[in-house]
Amino acid sequence: MSNGAARHIGDVILKVDGVSLSFGGVKALSEVSFSVREHEILAIIGPNGAGKSSMLNCINGVYHAQQGTITFWGEARKQIRPHQAARQGIARTFQNIALFKGMTVLDNIMTGRNLKMKTNFLLQALYWGPAQREELEHRNKVEEIIDFLQIQHIRKTPVGRLPYGLQKRVELARALAAEPTVLLLDEPMAGMNVEEKQDMCRFVLDVNDEFGTTIILIEHDMGVVMDISDRVVVLDYGRKIGEGTPDEVRANKAVIDAYLGVAH
Amino acid sequence: MTPADADTFPRLLLEHARSRPDRPAVREKDFGIWQTWTWSRAAQEVRALACGLAALGFKRGDNLAIIGDNRPRLYWAMAAAQCLGGVPVPLYQDAVAEEMVYVLDNAEIRFAVVEDQEQVDKLLEIRDRYPGVEHIIYDDPRGLRHYEQDYISSYEEVQGLGRVHDEEHPESFMTEVAAGRADDVAIMLYTSGTTGKPKGVCQTHASLIFAARGGCGFDQLGSDEEVLSYLPMAWVGDNLFSYAQALVAGFTINCPESADTVLIDMREIGPTYFFAPPRIFENLLTQVMIRMEDAGTLKRAMFHYFMDVARRCGAEILDGKPGVGAGDRLLYALGDLMIYGPLRNVLGMSRIRVAYTAGAAIGPDLFRFYRSIGINLKQLYGATETCAYVCLQPDGGVKLDTVGKAAPGVEVKIAANGEVLVKSGAMLKEYYKRPDATAESIDGEGYFRTGDAGFFDQDGHLKIIDRAKDVGKLKSGGMFAPNYIENKLKFFQYIREAVAFGHQRDEVCAFVNIDLAAVGNWAERRGLPYSGYVDLAGKPEVYQLIQECVEKVNAELAQDPALSHSQVHRFLLLHKELDPDDDELTRTRKVRRGFIAEKYAVLIDALYSGRTSQHIETQVKFEDGRTGVVRADVMIREARTFAPEQLRKAG
Repeated sequence: MSNGAARHIGDVILKVDGVSLSFGGVKALSEVSFSVREHEILAIIGPNGAGKSSMLNCINGVYHAQQGTITFWGEARKQIRPHQAARQGIARTFQNIALFKGMTVLDNIMTGRNLKMKTNFLLQALYWGPAQREELEHRNKVEEIIDFLQIQHIRKTPVGRLPYGLQKRVELARALAAEPTVLLLDEPMAGMNVEEKQDMCRFVLDVNDEFGTTIILIEHDMGVVMDISDRVVVLDYGRKIGEGTPDEVRANKAVIDAYLGVAH
Repeated sequence: MTPADADTFPRLLLEHARSRPDRPAVREKDFGIWQTWTWSRAAQEVRALACGLAALGFKRGDNLAIIGDNRPRLYWAMAAAQCLGGVPVPLYQDAVAEEMVYVLDNAEIRFAVVEDQEQVDKLLEIRDRYPGVEHIIYDDPRGLRHYEQDYISSYEEVQGLGRVHDEEHPESFMTEVAAGRADDVAIMLYTSGTTGKPKGVCQTHASLIFAARGGCGFDQLGSDEEVLSYLPMAWVGDNLFSYAQALVAGFTINCPESADTVLIDMREIGPTYFFAPPRIFENLLTQVMIRMEDAGTLKRAMFHYFMDVARRCGAEILDGKPGVGAGDRLLYALGDLMIYGPLRNVLGMSRIRVAYTAGAAIGPDLFRFYRSIGINLKQLYGATETCAYVCLQPDGGVKLDTVGKAAPGVEVKIAANGEVLVKSGAMLKEYYKRPDATAESIDGEGYFRTGDAGFFDQDGHLKIIDRAKDVGKLKSGGMFAPNYIENKLKFFQYIREAVAFGHQRDEVCAFVNIDLAAVGNWAERRGLPYSGYVDLAGKPEVYQLIQECVEKVNAELAQDPALSHSQVHRFLLLHKELDPDDDELTRTRKVRRGFIAEKYAVLIDALYSGRTSQHIETQVKFEDGRTGVVRADVMIREARTFAPEQLRKAG
């Protein structure tokens, strides 16, 4: 299933330039700029309320930045809608799992293929002709993802019955089903035990390695961040206070202050 | 030539490919769909790989390591090695790298065919201690793209090499197959090694084919059987059922998608011939029972009512015995329609004609349960050295506590010391590079010493009680058969493992491992909170539960005059689960008695010195290879024992 995209970090594909976002008087983001290169794993870290999730939400169009631009594949934009972002190849997972609890794992992942389906609702309902062919193709792709994430044994299990760690994995599977070029992961390892975290780390690295997917993730576990990311962006009170390789960030005074706290 | 004449596995394979090319040989579920390989395609796959191995320099007499779950390609690798006159050596896929060093070194492995990255990594990890591996061939390429070592190649690459080699030397493959003789070694299986280093058991084509033909004839297995190949390839049972018998009878083997999906895959395939160690039957039953507890009142009532009916007459009806009343037959038929049939379907056992269990003693309730719902579950007895072919229970002649009569072509006798001796056409050629061990295990008249103690009952059925060397004596002089006691304890669903001590002691004491799933469920029902294994095993309520089990065992032992003195006087619940990773169990989950006695010497002292609790710290190894320490204060309890007279009065 590999597309042969050997992992080497390429050019900038996503550029965030001076983005500001406020909710009433609360400044969630102020003039944040950073860029993401093709095939890299970029972690966004920061204390609670630093604006990390808001940043992701701006990237895939859930929120609209009041200032600044986001350039994706060379196309600068001020506003985008989530479905447009998805169509452009940005997929995401959520901090609080957002799956259809009553549906099986397989069906949940199939919904990730929704944008790729071309036949109309009526043909699909009849499961006839092109709709059938299309469904088989999509199912094939979904099975590759199921194999990739090793969730064959729960293929037909309703998501609501699964433990938390597996639900997170299903959510990742659904995001992958859209064959994204950029994958946004909002705390993919929150609430997991050590073993589940290790598994998830391996899957994130494998996704990046096998499909060449660019990954932007938010994570609190510093061990994980330092282990798997190529670069780290640090936010605090909506401002970018640091950026660089994990080692650079670890040595950055502003970052240490933000995490350990200093007298203001 | 027909398959009935072929005398080596490669010839059997080619014969099936010639005479019935389009029949299914192997299935594997891949990307959610069952893929089928016909005999002719399977033969082509084997030929391409064999030629590829030959091109890489694999020669007659070389050993080929095979490591991984049951994958069609790994079975073909076995056949490919045999085609070239080499010997496949399957290793336990869950063994840690350290454990593999000895076997690889002993078998002088130069070539290894492995399943995936995990196994490749293990071989690389031990490369400094065993640098002899010249070629590693992997099935699943995932994660291996960046491995640049030139001695690592994919299965396809080697097959590609093979196809070129085959074109350039079109005669060589058939020449090699023709050069194979029936008394060549066909496979080497390392025994799990309850004591000492593992030994490589060399089995010839002739002996495996003898065992396979005997078994197929005994149960009339034909080419239409479906089996699920899910047991470790390194185990003799899988070799006999999924390889030797499949090639002799020409039936289809089905490889599950992954180890986690076996139960789902089993339902989809519906095997007609099934083999499982007792623990698998036990897990299945536990799941059924847990789900029944959660079912609605009506369903639960129906289940219990009809299970009572089945217990009363199910096994008799299965055996076709007379004396079952018309009323019971009617009720059973109704039960079959409403409960047993659907239950068999849920278990994936609707189509089973013959099911076997072996490897350990099976609990009476468990055995009766499967037979009473109409599954023809039988027991067999055998060992790696005898191709798992010594005794088989015939249809209609099944007894709970025996392993059946000697199989066709097998002679069984009991030595003076009670040891079971076997002579047949299905015996090992030798232990690899161990002439001393070979000489020790086969006596002057050609009988193999099984090391098991047993006797024949009045119907000529063999009854195994314990390992001959484990049978000890209490200080009083009475016989002490630890396995027998442990098995009786383990028949309770709440007890997962038990270790009994008593040799050269005044009385018998025991360690018990609770079954986390069963006791956990029990605790939940009682609203008993617990945080994990250690906590649960230390609860007084749990001690009480297990004490009742121990006392029931004591009551049973009291009834047998030869064993009444080996009742369990004191016991404790171990603070950690016995684990093969900590060397406490073998990979086939047999207790390593000596090792445990040494490791937990403090606890044994505490048991015999009458203390009521003991503090202990134990090193544990996690699955990823890290180590940690478990600390606990282990309680010790007295169990009631029964005098034989007391029981008689009470009863």
